[in-house]
Amino acid sequence: MAEFIRFDRITKFYGPLCVVENLDLGIAKGEFVSLLGPSGSGKTTLLMMLAGFEQPTSGDILLDGTAINAVPTHKRDMGVVFQSYALFPHMSVGDNIAFPLQMRGLNKAETNQRVTRALDMVQLSALVDRRPSQLSGGQQQRVALARALVFEPRVVLMDEPLGALDKQLREQMQLDIRDLHRRLGLTIVFVTHDQSEALTMSDRVAVFNKGKIEQIGTPRQVYDEPATRFVAEFIGETNLVEGVVEAVQGAEANVRLTSGAQIVSAVSGAVAPGQTVYLSIRPERVDLTETRNDARNCLETEVTDSVYQGDHLRVQLQNAAHPLIAKLGRRSREFAPGTRVYAAFAAGDCRVIAP
Amino acid sequence: MSGGSSRTGRSLLLLAPLLVFLIGFFVWPLFSMMSQAISDPAVLRLLPRSAEVIGDWDRKSPPTMPMQAALVEDLKAVDDDQALGDMVRRLNSARSGFRTLMSKTTSALADPANPPADLVSIDKRWEKPEFWIAIADALSPYTDRNLLAAVDLGRNAAGNIEHLPADQSVNRVILVRTFWIAALVTFFCACIGFPYAIIAASLDGWKRDLMLGAVLLPLWTSLLVRTAAWFILLQEQGLINDLLRGIGLIDAPLALIFNRTGVIIAMTHVLLPFMVLPIYSVLITIPKNLMPAAASLGAPPLRAFLRVLLPLSLRGVASGCLLVFISAIGYYITPALIGGPGDQMISSIIAFYATGSANWGMAGALGMVLLVATLVLYSVYARLSNDESGRR
Repeated sequence: MAEFIRFDRITKFYGPLCVVENLDLGIAKGEFVSLLGPSGSGKTTLLMMLAGFEQPTSGDILLDGTAINAVPTHKRDMGVVFQSYALFPHMSVGDNIAFPLQMRGLNKAETNQRVTRALDMVQLSALVDRRPSQLSGGQQQRVALARALVFEPRVVLMDEPLGALDKQLREQMQLDIRDLHRRLGLTIVFVTHDQSEALTMSDRVAVFNKGKIEQIGTPRQVYDEPATRFVAEFIGETNLVEGVVEAVQGAEANVRLTSGAQIVSAVSGAVAPGQTVYLSIRPERVDLTETRNDARNCLETEVTDSVYQGDHLRVQLQNAAHPLIAKLGRRSREFAPGTRVYAAFAAGDCRVIAP
Repeated sequence: MSGGSSRTGRSLLLLAPLLVFLIGFFVWPLFSMMSQAISDPAVLRLLPRSAEVIGDWDRKSPPTMPMQAALVEDLKAVDDDQALGDMVRRLNSARSGFRTLMSKTTSALADPANPPADLVSIDKRWEKPEFWIAIADALSPYTDRNLLAAVDLGRNAAGNIEHLPADQSVNRVILVRTFWIAALVTFFCACIGFPYAIIAASLDGWKRDLMLGAVLLPLWTSLLVRTAAWFILLQEQGLINDLLRGIGLIDAPLALIFNRTGVIIAMTHVLLPFMVLPIYSVLITIPKNLMPAAASLGAPPLRAFLRVLLPLSLRGVASGCLLVFISAIGYYITPALIGGPGDQMISSIIAFYATGSANWGMAGALGMVLLVATLVLYSVYARLSNDESGRR
């Protein structure tokens, strides 16, 4: 796919504080990219620079091949959805949505028609004359969404738009936004600190840490093939176990853990024999068996606790050198504390990460 | 039940000092000034007998004997020269000639050797109904004379309201001038205060504190000190003229003091906090992301301001304007010190009547005009702000 948005070596300082450091990122037309990271990781700053609210200290932002650093916000033609909605309190819902159309000088008939269509799209046609303060949080967010989409912007930017909603509504809105993205072919840049939100909605996820992108890839890639320890820990839950590389064969490596156990694991980056590394093992990829199975990696462990959590059984294990967590399907049998079991996982279910 | 009433009693007890203070220093002075404006007991107090008989008179025919007799009785009974003087002044202002008529009459009545038969025998003027009409009108304990005079109106001999002659018509000019100066000051305060408040609200940390401090600091200084400071700054050899001449902008000193310019400069400065603070307090409640949102939706800065920030801050501007205007129409010290004779406002006229000529009636009447103007303005504002919140 052709690149539509390009961040070219973007750096941003606030005084002495570097919030975005020499960052490169390309986004294709029609793509849904999430910027995921903890607060203060620079993801919102990057979005603000794309919207034109902030200027990069150095580097260029290109839209469709043209640098837009010098283009003021109101000429960038980007729809922004804010976390706190930013609806105009003195205007009705209809006037709020008509605002960007009036700014573009559309005539009244066309404006009304498009406002009606936008309200239909977010299923709020009945509330056209209400004031924003008379709406619930979810309704306000839908109005904000309609307002950001009604003028058919080239890019839609969303800054943690669902952060203020409760869990159920948030999940519904996630699906709604994903649906709109597919139906309208929108290019969306979505900032969030909620990893499940990013995984649910995005074509690609860029994981931010300390002003840099740690990894960018499809939800499956960043979850299953974390490139760094930060990504492995930030997205989902994982077991991180320290070890030393003994040999590398193609995409697999032999690692000896501090407990002495030998593990065969998939490798993401470049590692060399003798190097100290971490193994990332997702808890739901771990099986517990009573007999050793040489086709898979097996760690000898003892159950210290097991908690029934409805959709899964969470078992805490301890072997000679480190604790381990396993999430088992709800059909799994119970494990009493003290039971000795093997924690088994395939080479493809764990990952060598250079520290 | 008894617990509830004892609690109410205790609350009232706690409120009592406040209530006493309010009644003693606000309500009572207010009503006493208002009653000064409309009460007129000077004549009735001295002529109680005449008051009884004069009510039956038809106001056209020559005075009857009982009326004359009653007046003679009343005048003979007067032993207070000061009160007599008040009454004569009051009657003379309604009908010129009363002063000489009364002094002639009282001296004739005081002569025990040659008691006059009746009033007409003392002076022929007692035959004319006009003088008796003046007495009859003045006998009423209430009068609208002061209130009418406050807006340059008066009653003619027939009792109809008409304009006072031009040489007595100063109040209306001064009232119009007061409102005009107040309007100009309000306008300049809004012109300076609104952008100032917008900048202050957009800053944070020490910069915001500094800007607000710069507005608040003068508020904590005495009004007299601030006005005196402007006196020093604006005078011919003052800082401003010296500076302008120093950098060669002007050759002769600008006339900045004892004229309208000086009054408006000083009053705008003194009243600026009352414009900035209400606007600022409204502005900080406006979410910070509305202007970026407007920009992202395609609004250039000026249109974003006109469509979003201005309508949302209008409530603050309105209350700021109201505060400044109401304060300005009551201003006294600043025009008195900085202004010339043509810049005196209604308060100095009130002060003149109250302390200069001891005419409490006129002082009270002019005060009532100010009070009514303020109340009308306030009710307009309250109506507007009610509509605003109703639409929300």
